[in-house]
Amino acid sequence: MRNNFHSNAVVHSKKHSFRTAANRRVDRRTATHGELIRITQWLGSGAGRYLLVILAGIEAFTRPLFAPLKRILRKWAAWHLQVIFSSIGKLAETPLTTLMTASVIGIALALPAGLYVLLENAQEISHGWEDTAQISLFLKIDKTDDDARAIARTLRKHPVLERVDVITRSQALAEYQQLSGFQTLFNALDVENPLPSVLVLYPAPAYTNLIAVQQIVEELKKRDDVEIAQFDLQWLKRLYTMMELIQRVILGLAVLLALGVLLIIGNTIRLGIQNRREEIEITKLFGATNAFIRRPFLYTGLWYGLLGGVIAWFLVSVFFGLLHGPLNRLAALYYTDFPPIFPGIDTLFILLCAGGVLGLVGSWVAVGWQLGAIEPS
Amino acid sequence: MISFYHVTKRYPQGFDALKNVTFEIPRGDMIFLTGHSGAGKSTLLRLIAVIERSTHGKIMIDGEDVNKISRGRIPYFRRKIGFVFQSPRLLMDQSVFDNVALPLVIAGYSRRDITRRVRAALDKVSLLRKESAYPITLSGGEQQRVGIARSVVSKPTILVADEPTGNLDPKLSREIMLLFRQFNQFGVTVLIATHDITLIRQMRSRVLTLQNGSLVFSNTTDFSSTVDNGQ
Repeated sequence: MRNNFHSNAVVHSKKHSFRTAANRRVDRRTATHGELIRITQWLGSGAGRYLLVILAGIEAFTRPLFAPLKRILRKWAAWHLQVIFSSIGKLAETPLTTLMTASVIGIALALPAGLYVLLENAQEISHGWEDTAQISLFLKIDKTDDDARAIARTLRKHPVLERVDVITRSQALAEYQQLSGFQTLFNALDVENPLPSVLVLYPAPAYTNLIAVQQIVEELKKRDDVEIAQFDLQWLKRLYTMMELIQRVILGLAVLLALGVLLIIGNTIRLGIQNRREEIEITKLFGATNAFIRRPFLYTGLWYGLLGGVIAWFLVSVFFGLLHGPLNRLAALYYTDFPPIFPGIDTLFILLCAGGVLGLVGSWVAVGWQLGAIEPS
Repeated sequence: MISFYHVTKRYPQGFDALKNVTFEIPRGDMIFLTGHSGAGKSTLLRLIAVIERSTHGKIMIDGEDVNKISRGRIPYFRRKIGFVFQSPRLLMDQSVFDNVALPLVIAGYSRRDITRRVRAALDKVSLLRKESAYPITLSGGEQQRVGIARSVVSKPTILVADEPTGNLDPKLSREIMLLFRQFNQFGVTVLIATHDITLIRQMRSRVLTLQNGSLVFSNTTDFSSTVDNGQ
């Protein structure tokens, strides 16, 4: 055996040496092949053989240790598989009852999930509005247009600002006169231009985070050539705060409804236990552990929760599907379009997790409560 | 196999169901427990099944002090005992096979072992051909035999029966008793609570008689010899 390896290795390495550098690059697989040869060579050598012997020894030594473990694991898996199938079978026997219970759970989960999806979308849209963030910088009245341009030049070097527009005093006046319609009045009074130069700053998209922008505004306010630095997105900030508030409300609602789901599942399981009281008593008499009795109920709770999660996802999908048409018509009136809202796979995942956990916890509590009270007679 | 030493069971209301009961049932014995209703038969069986614990005294079953068994170990302890009830207490929504398989499923036997053992147990009570039937379609005697198959399927060392023939006519009762005798001959310790005196006479076994919670040996005339021999 060892000789065989060796001669093989020799042939391979000879072949290997015949290759030119150019075609060695073409065919990379031979390199790993070469490595394999080196390993087999090494295994054939003294040290490698020792290692093999030691490994075989360890294997022989641990086999009696691991074999029972493996058997236990296999038995455990068989148990669970059996319970999984029988619990699903029990639920499938009464499809209407199962569907009704799961629907109640689904509706309870759908409400916070729907609100959450709505809020998430609203947040996403409003993030788009941040791009329109701009800062108006009113310079002191004694600054001339040239001063304004000079300040604009220095500000353009600021990494945060993408663009700086200058509205000179005369431009401002012209604009004001045009907008206000007091043109003749100004001419008649012949007053000095009362309007200051204004710089309009557009933050770079990377800095559209409201807090970052706010910081820039604070920085600019400290400059002594600046009279007022005005950030035009105060309303957006208010909207954000409001959304935070709504988020809290949804969270509170979700907690309440989760509690409801817990009670629904707990009560369903409790009824199930009561219906099978006789069976539980008998299984207890024949030596069933509490874990054995608990298992089918826990799985039943889990299935209810998961099914409820799927139903919730379905309901939310349908709801937003129905909303899409009118929403788009509304958006069209504002000359924009609205991306279709659809609860994604992540929402499904969250719903399944929430449903599953609530199902398990609900049934666990119900079984724990009841099981102690049921003793064989 | 089953030993009671000065066992007293007092219920919270102050009622003594068992008073200073002492007896010993050797391994492989078959014993009848008799007494009028309310004499304490059921209480005694409940103590053996560790459904309740005694107030005083010591109960040894298969070398284990029952009062010292922790709650968590009770299920494993109960697997040593097979139970037969007055009404067979079968699970009506499961087939005969599944009913009999219950103790094996609980103990975690493999599917193959379960099939083999359930068939063997059903064969012993001659109900193999009814394995896929539902209990509701069986007669009372057949149902009781299914119950017995269930109690012996996991090969318990002790078989405890509470009025197993209470609902059956004399002929069926005798059949059931002969079944118990068979299992006893395989080495199972059998304890049967009954008040069917004629049946006890026919079976010629040792008898424990309870009266108002106290043990009185009532093995008169024809039984005295068997008691002495401890057969």
